[in-house]
Amino acid sequence: MSRISTILEQRKKQSKAALIPFITAGDPDMATTVKAMHALVTAGADIIELGVPYSDPMADGPVIQHASERALANGATLSKVLDAVTTFRADDQATAVVLMGYLNPVEAMGYQNFADNAKKAGVDGVLIVDLPIDESQDLMPELKAAAIDPIILLAPTSTEQRIEKAMSLGQGYLYYVSFKGITGAANKLDVSDVASKLSAIKQHGDLPVAVGFGINDGPSARDVAEVADAVVVGSALVKFFESNEADAAIVNASKLLGSMREAIDA
Amino acid sequence: MDNKHNYDYYQFPDVKGHFGQFGGRYVAETLMAPIEELTEAYEHYKNDPTFIAELEADRKHYVGRPSPLYFAERLTQHVGGAKILLKREDLNHTGAHKINNTIGQALLAKRMGKKRIIAETGAGQHGVATATIAARLGLECIVYMGSEDVARQSPNVYRMKLLGATVVPVDSGSKTLKDALNEALRDWVTNVDDTFYIIGTVAGPHPYPEMVRDFNAVVGQELKQQMQEQYNCLPDAVVACVGGGSNAIGAFHAFLNDKNVRLIGVEAGGDGISTGRHAAPLNDGTVGVLHGNRTYLMQTDDGQVIETHSISAGLDYPGVGPEHAWLKETNRAEYVAINDKEAMEGFHQLTKIEGIIPALESAHAIAQGTKLAKTLNSDNYVVVNLSGRGDKDINTVAAIEGISL
Repeated sequence: MSRISTILEQRKKQSKAALIPFITAGDPDMATTVKAMHALVTAGADIIELGVPYSDPMADGPVIQHASERALANGATLSKVLDAVTTFRADDQATAVVLMGYLNPVEAMGYQNFADNAKKAGVDGVLIVDLPIDESQDLMPELKAAAIDPIILLAPTSTEQRIEKAMSLGQGYLYYVSFKGITGAANKLDVSDVASKLSAIKQHGDLPVAVGFGINDGPSARDVAEVADAVVVGSALVKFFESNEADAAIVNASKLLGSMREAIDA
Repeated sequence: MDNKHNYDYYQFPDVKGHFGQFGGRYVAETLMAPIEELTEAYEHYKNDPTFIAELEADRKHYVGRPSPLYFAERLTQHVGGAKILLKREDLNHTGAHKINNTIGQALLAKRMGKKRIIAETGAGQHGVATATIAARLGLECIVYMGSEDVARQSPNVYRMKLLGATVVPVDSGSKTLKDALNEALRDWVTNVDDTFYIIGTVAGPHPYPEMVRDFNAVVGQELKQQMQEQYNCLPDAVVACVGGGSNAIGAFHAFLNDKNVRLIGVEAGGDGISTGRHAAPLNDGTVGVLHGNRTYLMQTDDGQVIETHSISAGLDYPGVGPEHAWLKETNRAEYVAINDKEAMEGFHQLTKIEGIIPALESAHAIAQGTKLAKTLNSDNYVVVNLSGRGDKDINTVAAIEGISL
């Protein structure tokens, strides 16, 4: 069983949702990212989603766009993100790491190379935002051969047919985007909407479903945790890195994540 | 031209929008359903007699089609060689080929019950063409434009506002066309229920490259008929500038299976291909994925899209329509680059000799057309697609030449 599945299974047994923080790798530099990852684990992260910076992040709001720009300005590349995972993995074998990003940097590295390198670095899952199932037939086998879970997105607009396909092809968990919109959009989360869509998704299979977009504090995390297997928080954490005070950002992000952990576990 | 492949080019794209390895649908999950809805609507209405009749009536009475095929006699004499003909898309309403596409997509939007239109624009030509048709159909219109382009193209920004559109400056990334496209996609993902995204070129996810091509294909269809009527033959070559590539694919499409007709796409060479400062992905780029399709891109070794450079804002785009990538790969079309300096010469030459001020985009095609004509004989015909008029560019040209207006 993959590291991701083991973690989610364990949480399920405890009847608690897993907590998945997202931060942009290399924002503002890779050393900070590795430090932040360890701090987030201490604060209660089960799985960490690490954003791979890209020049054209078309599904992201301003907070994550700017984080990508800061990282790229400081020389972030996909290879360096993998190096950061290697460094993290040397001190932490328990927490799962999922790379989340866009297809072009992966294309540039080459699918097989990417899968091999990611495996070596200790990556557990890969989520490519602009690679719908329909176009994933070349990358999917490479990831599976490297024992990396392909994480597939579902959205409020996903049809029954697409949900079924995602259930059969996805591994680790499915990532449900809670509303029609981009990351970091405010006041769009509607938990009862999410609940009804999740029960429709669950009709099609047993793969755990994580919910992201619009979760930014303890109460929203707790509400979503009641209906989802895992809760993803991104922009609310990344926002702290907008100031150049990396250490303060890590402290504040950990504090927020800790309050979410408490709210979920209460 | 020696073709290595014997494709029937009208079999492309396939049902999933692929031109060989190019094209496809690389978008976030939220957009897959609206894209499928759009594909179904387009497949339905493109064969619907009422839709076709309305489109044709608008082309004739609102746009002013067919556009003339004009023999540039003095330019031909001046250059020496093949006869140079101009397909006068500059004479369309709003001054460029862009209206061919926006009319088609807006009529589709109306039938799909979408009340809100969004678009991206670089130089502002597509934004103006979209705002124009939105005004005509009474639809709300929001145009995304890189903040750098807003500053460079203020007359077009004002024109869009006069037409009732909201122009939203985009401050992310390089603050140009590609970032405007990103922002329009973000709007679409947020407002999928009531919004129709009118993409301005033959890029984006399927069905856009096919649909925008089909709406522009009228250019080549007219051209083919005009050649037969006026000269009783097909042209030896069709030359068109390529940014995203909508005017070029429009001019080429009717000739794809006429393999004796050379099809020549002209990319923006900027400061020169060897300098790396240009916008010529087919000449000097690599294959990647951007804005929903696989194509040639200007990018770094590790897959970050880079800023492009061209005198012409309309060609300043790091990608190119996937069908052009396919025509290049299968050797059906040739793609060359004309640098800023050559384009400026073409601009002045056509203005002074023929009394036609071309858009700086089209000036690239003029420069290549004259270059080619010189190498051919007087019984050859070279058609240059004059995709737009140059009134919008006089401030840019004056500034480059140190003249204050």
